[in-house]
Amino acid sequence: MSASENARPRVGLFVTCLVDLFRPSVGFATLSLLEKAGCEVVVPEAQTCCGQPTFNSGDFKDSRDIAANVIEAFEGFDYVVAPSGSCAGMIREHYPELFEDDPAMAMRAQHLAKRTYELTSFLVDIMGVESTGAAFDGTVTYHDSCSGLRELEIKTQPRKLLAAVDGTSIKEMPGAEICCGFGGTFCVKYPEISDKMVTQKAAEIVESGADYLLAGDLGCLLNMGGKLKRLGARTEVRHVAEVLAGMTDQPSIGEGER
Amino acid sequence: MQTTSHSFKQNARDALTDVQLQKALSKMRPGFQQKRADAVANLPEFEDLRDRGRDIKNHVLENLDFYLERFESNVVANGGQVHWCRNSEEARQTIMEICRSVDAKTVTKGKSMVAEEIGLNEYLEEHGVEPIETDLGEYIIQLRDEPPSHIIAPAIHVNKEQVVEAFRKKHTDLPPDRPLEEVGDITDEARTQLRPKFFAADVGITGANFLIAETGQTVIVTNEGNGDLTQTLGKAHVVVASLEKIVPTLEDASCILRLLARSATGQEFSVYTTFSSGPRRETDLDGPASFHVVLIDNGRSAMLGTEYQDMLRCIRCSACMNHCPVYAAVGGHAYGWVYPGPMGAVLTPSLIGIDEAGHLPNASTFCGRCEQVCPMRIPLPKMMRHYRAKEFTENKATSQVRAGLRLWSYFAKRPWLYQQSTKLGAALLHALGGKRGRIAMLPLASGWTSVRDMPAPEGRTFQQLYKMSGHGKKGDAR
Ligand code: SF4
Repeated sequence: MSASENARPRVGLFVTCLVDLFRPSVGFATLSLLEKAGCEVVVPEAQTCCGQPTFNSGDFKDSRDIAANVIEAFEGFDYVVAPSGSCAGMIREHYPELFEDDPAMAMRAQHLAKRTYELTSFLVDIMGVESTGAAFDGTVTYHDSCSGLRELEIKTQPRKLLAAVDGTSIKEMPGAEICCGFGGTFCVKYPEISDKMVTQKAAEIVESGADYLLAGDLGCLLNMGGKLKRLGARTEVRHVAEVLAGMTDQPSIGEGER
Repeated sequence: MQTTSHSFKQNARDALTDVQLQKALSKMRPGFQQKRADAVANLPEFEDLRDRGRDIKNHVLENLDFYLERFESNVVANGGQVHWCRNSEEARQTIMEICRSVDAKTVTKGKSMVAEEIGLNEYLEEHGVEPIETDLGEYIIQLRDEPPSHIIAPAIHVNKEQVVEAFRKKHTDLPPDRPLEEVGDITDEARTQLRPKFFAADVGITGANFLIAETGQTVIVTNEGNGDLTQTLGKAHVVVASLEKIVPTLEDASCILRLLARSATGQEFSVYTTFSSGPRRETDLDGPASFHVVLIDNGRSAMLGTEYQDMLRCIRCSACMNHCPVYAAVGGHAYGWVYPGPMGAVLTPSLIGIDEAGHLPNASTFCGRCEQVCPMRIPLPKMMRHYRAKEFTENKATSQVRAGLRLWSYFAKRPWLYQQSTKLGAALLHALGGKRGRIAMLPLASGWTSVRDMPAPEGRTFQQLYKMSGHGKKGDAR
């Protein structure tokens, strides 16, 4: 069902486990953006995690159980939206794959996959949003998180919306498409390699000269933010939804009380 | 070849603290990546070519026996010979016998990864035959007595000073005052050394980028022309190739050749693309008296029909490693065997086993760039994930990882319990973060905090705040 056929599409908000635990403000910013775009938003209480940690560790059985939970919780919405390219990518690309040998579940998984979107691509590609009407003073640089970029082709959508934010300008950094070294469990299993990657990333972020680093995935943001803070860099770190929703009253990621 | 894949972690640590290596690696990224991007941009049908390349190889892999037999009969018709070898030992012995048959003292070699795989050089040396690498990069690492660190640029980890050092040490006839400052001087010196060796060699050994079933030809691509000299000047030409290198027709080979050069170095075509069609014929002015193809399985056929079959489409272009941020951080030697980077992370455990190479498919962030650039559309992350699954089901994942996962999925499957614990976690970590809003040291998460701060949670979970806001009541009824 496309947006035009339904005046107020019912959207299930997939909060993501990291947003739930670390940064609820991103969840509320997402909620506000979706509502402003004309959606009726519901947050199913029974959601936990999309299953990436187990899936990428090769624990397919538990991943299936977790995925079944998500499918159950999000069935019946016109769309499912997550403020994360990797969680949306997990549902879109990998849920159908997980249930390849279970036709009934595979059908439900495919059905869900087709209706699941990352936030900025949902706003731009489905709802046709051109501007979120927000204002935010500062220069920002945007990191393209890997799953969103390569699984869902999210590249222009956040930039388009940011360009329409009053007072914001974008300064691209070199290697914006290169992994920050987070990689879920990778960053704790191979901390030295992860460190090398995020150190390089931090240098390029600083080199861009932007005041803010934005991205669409909290995992990457916690990684890059944690490194920038450890290095004492002044760059502030935020999820793109906060800026687009004009909800930037919370301290930025890794910053304390101001 | 000696493997150190099991100590990948330590190898990686060593690589990360090797200042010279890090410098060499940092120069790699911009070059290869930009060149590939430009070459792809200049060929509108590149994506269609990729589909064709993938389809050609898939078709071959489904009918491998047919095409290999066809290849063999055409090689024989051209006056050559095919030797089928199940493993490294058989391959080494076969090559040694060919060397003996012409009473070989020295052999020249064009670059070949599969020769590395079967440990050919050591074997030849042990049996009294001197192998001489003729690809400049291979020659340099042979002098330095180390394995390649990249599949098309084997000495990419070595800098100019180190090359000069190796030359001064090993070229005993080199006058100490001869200048070796310019790159030109260095290649001149290598050429001076190699030229007589080409003429003296009794046997020339090359790899093969393709074996063409239709014509019985073998194909190599090089940028230095050393492959041509290697294969024409000896008494015998030995082609060592693994069996998945087969393609049905000349046209198929040319399709994949166009993908190969662009993906590897951004060239439209390699400088030399040489087709070998058997030994010298009566009317030929030069060429080897005999022509042998040593066809090596060494674990490939066991991959057929498994999750890893797609890996056999690999054409060794190295695009995956040129774009891999993990390779860029640690270099090729850390992977501990012949094949580095993402392709190695799948091929190595397939060929030498997951007990030896289990680290490799784990040491990836699944950023997906390798798959994005792979001309043969090999789903590299997916296959690495299959290796992780294999480890997991076979109980080989480290117990700490297993315990962590089990705990996570226990909660993730029980929303109510999950929410109680996230509430607690958010509050606790928030408190730990204090006024700074970040945590500098957290014993249970030292893998994280040893290298970066942990931004602290805001204090309450989204679900908690959402309910408090009154939103939840009207929302969840459906
Ligand atoms: S896996 Fe793909 S990108 Fe990597 S070397 Fe093989 S063909 Fe090239």
